[in-house]
Amino acid sequence: MGRKLLLEHINVPGINTFDVYRSKGGYASVEKALKTMSPEAIVEEVKKSGLRGRGGAGFPTGMKWSFLAKPEGVARYLVCNGDESEPGTFKDRYLMTYIPHLLIEGMIVSSFALGANTSYIYLRGEMMPQVRILERAIAEAKAKGFLGKNILGTGYDLELYVQPGGGAYICGEETALLESLEGKRGNPRIKPPFPAIAGLYGCPTVVNNVESIAAVVPIINEGGDEYAKIGIGRSTGTKLISAGGNLKKPGVYEIELGVPVEEFIYSDEYCGGIANGKRLKAVVAGGSSVPILPANLILKTINNEARLMSYESLSDGGFVSGTMLGSGGFIAYDEDACIVRNTWNFARFYHHESCGQCSPCREGTGWMEKVLHRLEYGHGKMSDMDLLVDVSKKIEGNTICPLGDAAAWPVASAIRHFRDEFEWHVTNASEATSRNYGLAHYADPLKVVETA
Amino acid sequence: MLRVDEAQEPVEFSPALITKFDEIVSRYPQGKQKSGLLPILHLVQAEFGWVSAPAMDKVAEYLSILPIEVYEVATFYTMYFLRPQGKYVLEVCRTSGCCLVGAEKIMDHIEETLGVKEGEVTPDGLFSWRGVECLAACGFGPVLQIGPEYTFYENLTNESVDKLISDLKAKAKN
Repeated sequence: MGRKLLLEHINVPGINTFDVYRSKGGYASVEKALKTMSPEAIVEEVKKSGLRGRGGAGFPTGMKWSFLAKPEGVARYLVCNGDESEPGTFKDRYLMTYIPHLLIEGMIVSSFALGANTSYIYLRGEMMPQVRILERAIAEAKAKGFLGKNILGTGYDLELYVQPGGGAYICGEETALLESLEGKRGNPRIKPPFPAIAGLYGCPTVVNNVESIAAVVPIINEGGDEYAKIGIGRSTGTKLISAGGNLKKPGVYEIELGVPVEEFIYSDEYCGGIANGKRLKAVVAGGSSVPILPANLILKTINNEARLMSYESLSDGGFVSGTMLGSGGFIAYDEDACIVRNTWNFARFYHHESCGQCSPCREGTGWMEKVLHRLEYGHGKMSDMDLLVDVSKKIEGNTICPLGDAAAWPVASAIRHFRDEFEWHVTNASEATSRNYGLAHYADPLKVVETA
Repeated sequence: MLRVDEAQEPVEFSPALITKFDEIVSRYPQGKQKSGLLPILHLVQAEFGWVSAPAMDKVAEYLSILPIEVYEVATFYTMYFLRPQGKYVLEVCRTSGCCLVGAEKIMDHIEETLGVKEGEVTPDGLFSWRGVECLAACGFGPVLQIGPEYTFYENLTNESVDKLISDLKAKAKN
């Protein structure tokens, strides 16, 4: 049983209220940080913890904080990124729904560390229920003296606001999020300058994912060194994994980084195996943007070592035979899933969500969607696979923001690992519209799954 | 597609609505009231069911920004309806995770039950539906949401969709 730092009390009745949360040790980190620590000391603890951004990029949070410019007389902002739109990811929604005070506690400590007196939690517009939940929790915390003027008599002031977006995946990109928060279209900005120098309203700004900010709470409570003892190598601490797709027990799991992928999928502590006694075909391990891997490669690396749920192990083998931990959006595909259809689905998603600023992404995502659509519906050509790879290569790295890469990788990786299935859609076009290709050689050769 | 030239009814914002706008604008620094645009458009849509061009002009006037600044935002984000919708808009997630567990069949069922295509409104004005991209509930699919509260309905089956539709019909009568 792994340690739970974020979700330990998630099943306590009433944990969404201030009093119950407080009775379970909640807001202790605010008292500790504001009364006994300097902002620099907090940043130092977060650095020591090795915490890496939980939104997907995995950039060290403490380092991001230390880049924040501190010009005299200029406001600084902390903005929490709750846009959570990456297909496969639903951990932040879960955390904010059931234990909203954890995020608010983390926001107070982090804002203090960064010297921000106004902070915003930006949520995707579809999360209106979570907007209401957080606003209620903020009002409670304010009534108890943990927000507002002169918090706990320490002289520190903080106002916290929740801002809904309007339904746009691109606003998960931090500069697009800032544009959106300023009341504009979510077009990512050209960097530099980075938000740490010129972010919200041109002021120095840090943008952190919901889970990263929540993780600051146990880091301050237990110390950065203690936090860094959990996990494996440079993947420290715990991570929320949103497990979905054809799993027996889909849901949000808090794991200690380093759990073997096989254990995560098959053990009863986590996902309990594949639903309906089917066999595993493929996995998208970190949200739709990361390369899809066939079952044999997700369970074992190319060197036949057990693949672990960590930043390093999942990316072992680069994009040739590896993937990424990303946001922790774990989608499992069983033997009945059609990889071509799924890739088309992803391509349509990225086409729909491209903001349209950069031609390679705006046009390329549309072309990929069209070509994949004709493959899926029996009008594909043998040359289409090379065409798709070619288009994806011309998007990758040629756009202002990573949405282009995110659109290119799933297509390129699906063709890399499942090319025979794509070819079958061309050679057996009419058959392909009526049945799925099935497992072929992708199934884990070691696992014998009992039928239900 | 937004058509501002289309003749549309003028709108009036009630004092209660303006009070809510004021509260939103108070969250931002002086002179940064434009930050309130997205939340205010949500309030307008909740009030009128959609965001018409005259309503956007009014919002621009309220925020002291140009009408185009409102149009460009309302057309960029997918949640704002630029034409009238049914009283209840069923928005079904159609992205990968939900498709693996039957979202496409749920959309077929909704189309059949309501008897209207995606984006159309039922003759009684009660319902419209559309597929939307990932709603961040992939472990509980298929899912749909209904605004303006954006209540979630998870683990959908044909039966639970039927019950939802009949419940909403009953609710609309009362």
